[in-house]
Amino acid sequence: MRLLVCVKRVPAPGARINITADEQDVDAAHLGFTTSPHEECALEEAVQIVENHGGEVTVLTLGPAEAEEQLRYAASVGAHHFVLLPVVEADWDPQRTASALTKAVQDLEEGSEPFDLVLFGNESADSGGFQVGVRVAQALSRPMVNGIKGIEMGEGTVTARREMDGGFEVYKMPTPAILGIKEGINLPRYPTMKGRLASKKAEVEVTEPTSEQGGQTRVRLHRPEEKVSETVILGKGPEAAPAVVDLLQELGVL
Amino acid sequence: MSVLVLCDHDRGILAEASLEALTFGRRLANDLGVTCNGVLIGEGADDASTSIASYGADSIYMVEHSLLTDYGPAAWGESLVQLVNETSPIAVLACGTDRGNEVIAHLAATLDAPFVANCLTVDAGNPSSWLMTRVQWGGSLLEDSELSTDQVKILTVAHHGIEAEQTNSSSPGQKESFTPELEESVTQTIVTDRVVLTQGITLSTSPVVVGGGRGVGSAEAFAPLEELAEELNGVVGCSRAVTNNGWRPHSDQVGQTGTRIAPQIYIANGISGAIQHWVGAMAAKNILAINIDPEANMVAKAGYAVIGDLHQVIPAVLEEVKRRKS
Ligand SMILES: Cc1cc2nc3c(=O)[nH]c(=O)nc-3n(C[C@H](O)[C@H](O)[C@H](O)COP(=O)(O)OP(=O)(O)OC[C@H]3O[C@@H](n4cnc5c(N)ncnc54)[C@H](O)[C@@H]3O)c2cc1C
Ligand SMILES: Nc1ncnc2c1ncn2[C@@H]1O[C@H](COP(=O)(O)O)[C@@H](O)[C@H]1O
Repeated sequence: MRLLVCVKRVPAPGARINITADEQDVDAAHLGFTTSPHEECALEEAVQIVENHGGEVTVLTLGPAEAEEQLRYAASVGAHHFVLLPVVEADWDPQRTASALTKAVQDLEEGSEPFDLVLFGNESADSGGFQVGVRVAQALSRPMVNGIKGIEMGEGTVTARREMDGGFEVYKMPTPAILGIKEGINLPRYPTMKGRLASKKAEVEVTEPTSEQGGQTRVRLHRPEEKVSETVILGKGPEAAPAVVDLLQELGVL
Repeated sequence: MSVLVLCDHDRGILAEASLEALTFGRRLANDLGVTCNGVLIGEGADDASTSIASYGADSIYMVEHSLLTDYGPAAWGESLVQLVNETSPIAVLACGTDRGNEVIAHLAATLDAPFVANCLTVDAGNPSSWLMTRVQWGGSLLEDSELSTDQVKILTVAHHGIEAEQTNSSSPGQKESFTPELEESVTQTIVTDRVVLTQGITLSTSPVVVGGGRGVGSAEAFAPLEELAEELNGVVGCSRAVTNNGWRPHSDQVGQTGTRIAPQIYIANGISGAIQHWVGAMAAKNILAINIDPEANMVAKAGYAVIGDLHQVIPAVLEEVKRRKS
C-alpha cells in the first residue's frame, strides 16, 4: 500500500503569540517549530496502516528549507520517503498551496499506481484555512472527507469515522481516497533511538513548486483584545481549601 | 442580487452556528442592498426551515434530489455549486462548523475561487476586493485578509464570533425548491451509518470542569481530580501534555485541537496555560488555577488562584467539600 501524508511546519508558541514588526508573520525568533498535532496523528496513522498492511509512507511538505526538520522527524517515527517543496515567502494562500501540492502528488504518482490514501490534517494549526485537502482532492478527482477519527482499510475501500455530537458518522469510500485527520485518532509514538539514526540518513527530495497565486492576501496579523483580570489569590497550599470551597459555594456549584 | 447562506443542519436539527451565519449574512446583505437567502440541503430540510426566516432569510432554497439523503460533503458541495451557477449571488457563506467549512471548501474548489474561513467581520465597500478579519490559531490570533476576486465571494463565519439576532419580520420566508443534477459519484462520501454513543454530561456542556496538566504527574494521580469532579457534578478535562503521555483519552483534552469548554468554573490544576490550551478554556465564566508557579500564565489569566502543590491542595479541598456536605 502507498500512502502520502501532507504536513506543514508551524511555530510552537507558548503563553502568547508575538507578531513581527511588519505584522506579516508570527515572531518565531525564540520559538521551536513543530508539525501540527492533526498532521502528526495523520502521519502516525499512515505508519500504522503500512505496518499492518505492508507498503510505504511518503511525507510531503511545502515550506522553508528548515521544514526538512519536520521531514526528518517523520523519518524518525517510521515514514519512508520525503519531499520538500521549498518556498521563501511566508505562508502561501491556501489556493496556491493546494495547486503546488496537487502538482507534486501528480509528479510522485507518475508512472505508478496512485497513492491508496492521501492524508491531510483537518486544518493547519496556524492559518487554519480548512480547504487545502479538499482542493487537492477535487483537482485529483478523489473522494475526500475531513475530520476523521478512525480508519479501517478494506479491499479497495476505506471506512472512515467522523465524530459528531454524541457519536460518530461512518463513511465508506473507494480508494484511492483522501482524508483529513483529527488529533485523537491515535497516540503518536515517540521516535526510538533506531528511528533517530535512520532520520539522519533519510534522503529528502527537494522539488521547486509550481503554483498560481490565489485570491486571498494577508494584510496584517494582530492579537485579539485580551481581558486583563486581577487574579485573586485565595491562599497558599492546603490552607487555601476553605477559601476555595467558599468560592465553589458562592458560584453555586456545590 | 443576493447573499446566499448555507444553513448547516443534521437531519433537520439546525446547527446553532447557522443562525449566527444568517445574522452575519443578513447584515452583509443590508450593507450591499441585496436580499439574503438561506439554503437547506438534504434529509430533514423541511424541519430545519421553520426558524430560518425569523433570522433574516428573505427566501429559502430547498435543495431536493433522490441522492440527497444523509449528509455528504461532495453531494452538498455540488448542489451548492449548481445553485450558485443558477442564481449568481454576490457572496456565499456558511457557519464555520465542521460541515460548513467542508461544504464551502468543496464549492470554492469546484469554482476555483478563493475561500476565506472563519471570518469575524467583513468590509464589502470595494466590490472587487473585500477586507475581512478572520480567526487563526484556533482564536489566539487574528488576520486581516484581502479577498480579491471578480467571482462570487466565498467565506465562513467563525462560530461564536457574533451573536445570532432575530429580526422583527413576521413573514414566513418564501420557500423555493431547487433540484440539482447529481452524478452517482457524489454518493461515495455520503454518511452510510451512524453510531450513537450515549453519554451523560459532556466536557463541552458541563458546568464544572476539573482540569489536570503535566503537573498531575501520572494517570493514577488523576483519582483525586475525578473525585472532586464527581462531588461537584462535573467532569475531568486535561491538557495536551496529559493526552500525549497517555494519562487520559483525547476526548478529555481542552484546547485548540481538543474541546472548547464554557463551564461556570474551570479548575486548572498543574496547567501552565499555553495559548493553545487557553483558547479552549477562555470561555469559562470563572477560572481557578492551582499551580506551584505563581508566574504561570494560567495563574496570571485566571480570576482566582491557589499557589501550591496540587497533590496537597486537592485532597484538602475534597476534605472541606465533604465536611460541608455532611
Ligand atoms: C498547534 C498546537 C496545538 C495545540 N493544541 C493544544 C490543545 O488543544 N490543548 C492543550 O492543552 N495543549 C495544546 N498544545 C500544547 C501546548 O502548547 C502545551 O504544550 C500544553 O498545553 C502544555 O500542557 P501543560 O500545561 O499540562 O504542561 P506544562 O506546560 O509542562 O505545564 C505544567 C504546569 O504544571 C505546574 N506544576 C508542576 N507540578 C505541579 C504541582 N505538583 N502542583 C501544581 N502545579 C504543578 C507547573 O508549574 C506548570 O505550570 C498545542 C500545541 C500546538 C503547537
Ligand atoms: N504548506 C503545506 N505543506 C504541506 N501540507 C500543507 C501545507 N499547508 C496545508 N497543508 C495540509 O493541508 C491541511 C489543511 O490546511 P488548511 O487548508 O491550511 O487548513 C493541513 O492540515 C495540512 O495537512
